[in-house]
Amino acid sequence: MSALRPDLAIIAREVAPASRILDVGCGDGALMAALRDGKQVDARGMELDRANVTECVARGLSVIQGNADTDLADYPDAAFDYAILSQTLQTTMRPDLVLEQLLRIGKHAFVSFPNFAHWRVRLSLLWGGRMPVTRLLPVAWYETPNIHHVTIDDFRALVKERGIRVDGAWFLSGDRLTSDAAANFRAEHAVFLLSR
Amino acid sequence: MSDPFGLNRHIILPGPLKLDGGTALAPVEIAYETYGTLNAEASNAILICHALTGDQHVASNHSITGKPGWWTRMVGPGKPVDTDRFCVISSNVIGGCMGSSGPQSVGPDGRPYGMDFPVITISDMVRAQAMLLDHLGIAQLYSVIGGSMGGMQALSWAANFPARVASAIVIASTARHSAQNIAFHEVGRQAIMADPNWREGRYLEDGKSPDAGLAVARMAAHITYLSEQGLTEKFGRRLQNRDVKTFGFDADFQVESYLRHQGLSFTDRFDANSYLYITRATDYFDLAEEHGGHLANAFKGCNARFCVISFDSDWLYPTSESRNIVHALNASGAPVSFVELSSPFGHDSFFLELPALDRVIDGFLKAGGL
Repeated sequence: MSALRPDLAIIAREVAPASRILDVGCGDGALMAALRDGKQVDARGMELDRANVTECVARGLSVIQGNADTDLADYPDAAFDYAILSQTLQTTMRPDLVLEQLLRIGKHAFVSFPNFAHWRVRLSLLWGGRMPVTRLLPVAWYETPNIHHVTIDDFRALVKERGIRVDGAWFLSGDRLTSDAAANFRAEHAVFLLSR
Repeated sequence: MSDPFGLNRHIILPGPLKLDGGTALAPVEIAYETYGTLNAEASNAILICHALTGDQHVASNHSITGKPGWWTRMVGPGKPVDTDRFCVISSNVIGGCMGSSGPQSVGPDGRPYGMDFPVITISDMVRAQAMLLDHLGIAQLYSVIGGSMGGMQALSWAANFPARVASAIVIASTARHSAQNIAFHEVGRQAIMADPNWREGRYLEDGKSPDAGLAVARMAAHITYLSEQGLTEKFGRRLQNRDVKTFGFDADFQVESYLRHQGLSFTDRFDANSYLYITRATDYFDLAEEHGGHLANAFKGCNARFCVISFDSDWLYPTSESRNIVHALNASGAPVSFVELSSPFGHDSFFLELPALDRVIDGFLKAGGL
């Protein structure tokens, strides 16, 4: 699992063996393949991009072409042990509704997202006066898929307001973990484990 | 007894085959072929179900036209459906006209059945295939694969014989015929029945078959298998072997000439009554209706893996129909893959050169372990 993106490596480590997962926005299926091969996980995926879906199915993964905003409603309640949404929340039309769906179909949910309040982003906006283009947010404002930028504190406020329990949180700067303290300022990336 | 495996096989099973219409068929004739070798555990069998006007010649030359099989690019040694690894079986559906029981078969009174042949359904076709597999000693299919009407059979297999299907690939298909699907088929049937040669289906005895009606049915249907973009690219408004319009009703346009050729050549290899019966079977198909109105119920007790594939230019069985299947499979918890592939060729895309389709089928089959 060494080649996994840092946030996916954390999720891969924390998922219980032989559990059932749905990876929403599974990309090329790297996490699913790692969980299937390393932990005998029954992994399903959903992905918007046709080329990625083709790639996933060609590598033997059960992935459907679908949209997190509209297609999660098809799954029954508690169909999965974990519903996983990595670096996709900020691209959805209604992140709050997607979050509710994740917690309906999964007993637990992993959500990872880039933190828009990281100090580099703040500096860029403060001094440059332009929408930040950073390592984790590499695309200009007009073509980025990230239509709902979110900070760690925004996310904490949302889950608190919705009565969602935080069972774990990991904050990343590059591929290193940083502390909870000042995460909203220092972390480029956050991973939350949630439940109802 | 002759070898039940190989090309151009034909078996007469005693039956009776109970039919959804309430009657039964006996005996049951099935024309089929096999490719590759069944392993000792009989665990490497793949059934390929053909579409409306297809037949058992998946990867062998057609017994009437001599043309290559209809899916040679997918089935063969080293191909995605690899006959070095799998034993591939394909049979002519009952109701068909390529050697399986159908309206051309001789009925109890010694004459061809004609319209006395019982109306059959997709499930009936599948039950006949199950009888063939019993005969071949195959308890469970590694996979059942079909496009269009073949996809309906694959779905029906998974729903009605859940223990006998380990995986299913459903291409450009639907779980039920829409009003538009039925409407197009009714145009074709009425064209056949309006042909004076049809004579209530009794044309086989006097040798004059309703070719004009069958050709029109094929022409109308053929349009639904293509896309507007495909037709425009292939023909546009170009004229056929002439520089100016004739101000008459000759095939001035290339697209007219093409359709006429499609219609005419179809009558060389297909029986008009079979066309009535098989289109009827697809019109009657509604898998949810068979299972209390809920499609997800159809897949309860089913442990198969599914792969559902649609094409973005297919307006006959559009992606929304495939999504309907996928939604039901998700609701029932089945492992399902689904992709809408991009192709300009419309419904017929699954016959044509499409590398992404090869990769999806190859990967999905390999994931089953063989």
